[in-house]
Amino acid sequence: MKAKARAAPVRVLIAKPGLDGHDRGAKVVARALRDAGMEVIYAGLRQTPEEIVRAAVEEDVDLIGLSILSGAHMALFPRVMALLKKEKGSRIKVFAGGIIPDEDASRLRRLGIRAIFGPGASLGEIVQTAERLARGTA
Amino acid sequence: MSRPRPSTAAAAIVRGDRRALAKAITAVESGAPAGDALLRELYPRTGRIPIVGLTGPLGVGKSSLINLLVAHLRSNGRSVGVVAVDPSSPFSGGSVLGDRIRLDRRADDPGIFFRSMASRGASGGLADATRDVARLLEAAGFDVVLVETVGSGQVDVAIRGVATTRVVVLVPHLGDEVQTLKAGLFEIADVFCVNKSDLPGAETAERDLAELASLGPAPDGWRARIVRTSTTAPSGIPQLWSAIEAHEAFLAASPAHAAERRRRLEEEIVGRVREEVARRLAERLETDPALRRLVDRVLARELDPRTAAERLVAPGHRGR
Ligand SMILES: Nc1nc2c(ncn2[C@@H]2O[C@H](COP(=O)(O)OP(=O)(O)O)[C@@H](O)[C@H]2O)c(=O)[nH]1
Ligand SMILES: [Mg+2]
Repeated sequence: MKAKARAAPVRVLIAKPGLDGHDRGAKVVARALRDAGMEVIYAGLRQTPEEIVRAAVEEDVDLIGLSILSGAHMALFPRVMALLKKEKGSRIKVFAGGIIPDEDASRLRRLGIRAIFGPGASLGEIVQTAERLARGTA
Repeated sequence: MSRPRPSTAAAAIVRGDRRALAKAITAVESGAPAGDALLRELYPRTGRIPIVGLTGPLGVGKSSLINLLVAHLRSNGRSVGVVAVDPSSPFSGGSVLGDRIRLDRRADDPGIFFRSMASRGASGGLADATRDVARLLEAAGFDVVLVETVGSGQVDVAIRGVATTRVVVLVPHLGDEVQTLKAGLFEIADVFCVNKSDLPGAETAERDLAELASLGPAPDGWRARIVRTSTTAPSGIPQLWSAIEAHEAFLAASPAHAAERRRRLEEEIVGRVREEVARRLAERLETDPALRRLVDRVLARELDPRTAAERLVAPGHRGR
């Protein structure tokens, strides 16, 4: 029996690695993505890279959004990217937000992080980028 | 009927490939043909394990209880699949799925699989595909599946058709809740869990529930058990699992249960037929010129909508 297949909503994991305890920003982004029609898995604070990648695989997300304020991005983000690479054939795309100096940002882009948002980025900008990444046009 | 060789996707799921399982869930969730094919293939591997539903209002601690039940089951060597459902926004269709937050970090334990699901417009506290996702988890070899309902404040009735044991989670000072939920609450609960028993009032709540439960019907011979738990000052979790197991054992020995299983499957099949017929009919009507003619006549008050509908479904109608 063929029930008509529906266009599947984009699925995004929003995760907050590192030890800082503020997730206001991450939650605001999660809600904005929901309002754009996405299914957002909010994984909460203090996730290790291993936990993030595992959650992304189980939840079969299209995108991972990483948020960090603690300054540990250069320790944590490359690890996430390395673990993702081990998931052969995975096409999960990663974007990130937080306080990330320019030189770190360009290194992270070289590791495959598609977009990096500073504290001044608008929600509209983040949502649009997420949509483009999910559609494969960015 | 001879069993065809398993497809690679089905074989991967049975082998315990997490990515294959995750992709299969996505396919089933979106009604993709690949999902139908997998379910057809894997169905013989289902129907044997406890599917435990946790339902109850938002914030009573369902996700926290699932976290501790998972830990309890893992320490007893049982693997666990979890499906946690949250509502989709009726406006955007999007959803924030937050149940995973409560899951303690066990990044390297292959004996757990946690999947968040949006209800995608379904009423009744689950998504349409939740039952099939539970089947996939069973086919993947998990020993127990836990299902968390939306918890809208209404009784999440859909869990009846999915879970083998239903746990209704409540909290102390639940007087009002019990009153508003009462219709259907006792029909649905195999086990009552009074969570947050670290807060005052848990004993009273348990007593009130016990009184209500003893008044309620036990048509198939099972009377709901009541267990007090806390997840913040962890207590009662082994007792909660024992109550669930007692119900599972009761089911295994109950002749009424065989009839109940049959009835549920019949219900599922009829439901699917209904959906399919409705879908085909809607498709046909979209292009039926008679529909437009009838709408014209209804607009002109020559016909009423009900009569127009009757004419459209009448065999050989010409839409007059
Ligand atoms: N005091 C107390 N709080 C609890 C207990 N279990 C859960 N909570 C809290 O209740 C809130 C909601 O818990 P959650 O598991 O997300 O509830 P759900 O919406 O039913 O899934 C959280 O803040 C938990 O920390 C408990 O046993 N005692
Ligand atoms: Mg929950």
